[in-house]
Amino acid sequence: MPSFERWDLAEASKVVTARASEQGATLEIFHELAERFGFVDRAIVPVVAEALNLSRAEVYGTLTFYHDFRDHPPGRCTIKVCRAEACQSRGALAVSEELFRKLGVGWHGTTDDGAITVEPVYCLGLCANAPAVLVNDEPLGDLRVETVDELIEEARS
Amino acid sequence: MSAAFANENHQVADGPVKVYVPIDAAAIAAGSNKVARALAAAAGERIAMVRNGSRGLFWLEPMVEVVTPRGRIAYGPVKAADVEGLLAAGMLEGAEHPLRLGRPEEIPYLAKQTRLTYERVGIVDPLDIADYRAHGGFLGLRNAIGMTGEAITEQVTQSGLRGRGGAGFPTGIKWTTVRKAEADQKYIVCNADEGDSGTFADRMVMEGDPFVLIEGMTIAGLAVGATEGYIYIRSEYPHAVRTMRRAIEIARADGALGGSVLGCGRAFDLHVRMGAGAYICGEETSLLESLEGRRGVVRAKPPLPALQGLWGKPTAVNNVVSLCSVPWIMTHGAKAYADYGMGRSRGTLCIQLGGNVKYGGLIELGFGVTLGEIVDDFGGGTITGRPVKAAMCGGPLGAYFPRDLFDTPFDYEAFAAKGGLVGHGGVVVFDDTVDMADQARFAFHFCETESCGKCTPCRIGATRGRETMEKIIAGRDIERNLTLIEDLCVTMTDGSLCAMGGLTPVPVKSAMTHFPEDFVPAERKQAAE
Repeated sequence: MPSFERWDLAEASKVVTARASEQGATLEIFHELAERFGFVDRAIVPVVAEALNLSRAEVYGTLTFYHDFRDHPPGRCTIKVCRAEACQSRGALAVSEELFRKLGVGWHGTTDDGAITVEPVYCLGLCANAPAVLVNDEPLGDLRVETVDELIEEARS
Repeated sequence: MSAAFANENHQVADGPVKVYVPIDAAAIAAGSNKVARALAAAAGERIAMVRNGSRGLFWLEPMVEVVTPRGRIAYGPVKAADVEGLLAAGMLEGAEHPLRLGRPEEIPYLAKQTRLTYERVGIVDPLDIADYRAHGGFLGLRNAIGMTGEAITEQVTQSGLRGRGGAGFPTGIKWTTVRKAEADQKYIVCNADEGDSGTFADRMVMEGDPFVLIEGMTIAGLAVGATEGYIYIRSEYPHAVRTMRRAIEIARADGALGGSVLGCGRAFDLHVRMGAGAYICGEETSLLESLEGRRGVVRAKPPLPALQGLWGKPTAVNNVVSLCSVPWIMTHGAKAYADYGMGRSRGTLCIQLGGNVKYGGLIELGFGVTLGEIVDDFGGGTITGRPVKAAMCGGPLGAYFPRDLFDTPFDYEAFAAKGGLVGHGGVVVFDDTVDMADQARFAFHFCETESCGKCTPCRIGATRGRETMEKIIAGRDIERNLTLIEDLCVTMTDGSLCAMGGLTPVPVKSAMTHFPEDFVPAERKQAAE
């Protein structure tokens, strides 16, 4: 279970400085920030631009292009639910709807208690064990509407 | 490590029993980590546990294998709750039990296959480089070290290997272009952004036999004169990322990577870079943009990446399975590889069978096997027990094939002739409850979500296509809207910059052509029934 640090621009800037000399480091920096803080505050854009000698527009463009770099903190646990064809063929839609109903959230939503965020993902490579999800980094397959409670319990634990 | 206790497949008397519990992400999804914990707790010192890759028989995962004097004996699917009972029944001696599957290599699903690229997956300890060597690892690289770049490239060309990522471009020809380019620096880039739904071959080999990818990329480096390589892995594969990073460290410490590859005096080193959830980065020029730290926006070609790729330098961009096939070719020779297959599709294809199918898994076979043999003979029909209605072949940009086309052999040209594509070899099975109009809508929706936005046909076309499909599904102006979809598909096919917009019409058109009944309004459908 990841526990994210509170966003701190000074600490985040240290990450940028440490990796600034790597070739094409932008994504690597964002990944490191996302792993540590759970998201990438847009306030980092001018810092990265300055350190990597890029325009702020380019850094902002890169940051916002990718699905992985959120602009706000996620819940304590993120469930990534596969929406792609193999999972569809085995009832993924019904599973995600049941999950939404039980958690009271939709795609990209976080439960009121800050425990769980639900995000869509297109294929986890678990297509013979569909429908599948990642609970943080732990894969879980062969989900059914009847086992959604177990999934939520796993995510809350 | 555990090799100290037992040799290859035979148990040394009185030592702890070697037990294999897969650590492949799909096995974990089925509960293999829980089984491993239960086994460690219950059997303790009596066992030496190896976390192997998966054999790719996913309905049997978690599949536990025990090394006995009679070879490896498999049990599966094992749940954590089964562990006590299995131990009590004498699993560590290979004893009978309802979950006992016998020797894994004799399970028909595996016995019928031709495992070349996947010869070690599920068998070796993925992060034990000595185990890799003991199973033929680095023999191809050793052969390549004694050859000129031209000779290596010639071998790969002769083998007939074509890009397994989807495009099917001859690997040897791509390498020749890179090799002949003059530059102070060249790169090998492995495209491990396996985003197609229904595919998991790249993931399985990276998690189950990572050194074969390292070896394949090193051979590519020697062939074209590149000293540095990047593996771009999608972030949806955290386990593959971790395994590849550790394998690279191990290979460096071993001397298989670094300033002098296996002591040959030539350098090659590798880096792993992680994607960030953008499907389009599986397109090679978009991948290069992303590697350089930018938006994953497609580049216009020419220039070809082979001449101006990563940081403007000549770059061979190859799929994981293509690169992992190279060590086998360099070990056994081009002819041995080319002896498998049909027509212009030589060697083996790693078919990934998933979706609504009883027996899903990885099936490596020479080209030529038919779609029907895969879905019916290997797959055993749907898991819901309902009739198979369609199989989507080649990912979200591939065609939906009806039963009428199940006699199509896996061959790049044969699939193209039927309006489909082999792609990366994924097959997703659907039963008769699937609504093909909705699948057509989803194809546009997916393109809308994942388009890089550079070209208009893809960026706008996907959105208009999704909206128009919604109108059709709602029963509004069906005839006129279907004409609009036809027209839009022509524009996207002819006008898009890359395969994302260019091939999104493939699933749409195949759904319309083969399943027209799903595109009539609901009330008319009901009246007809």
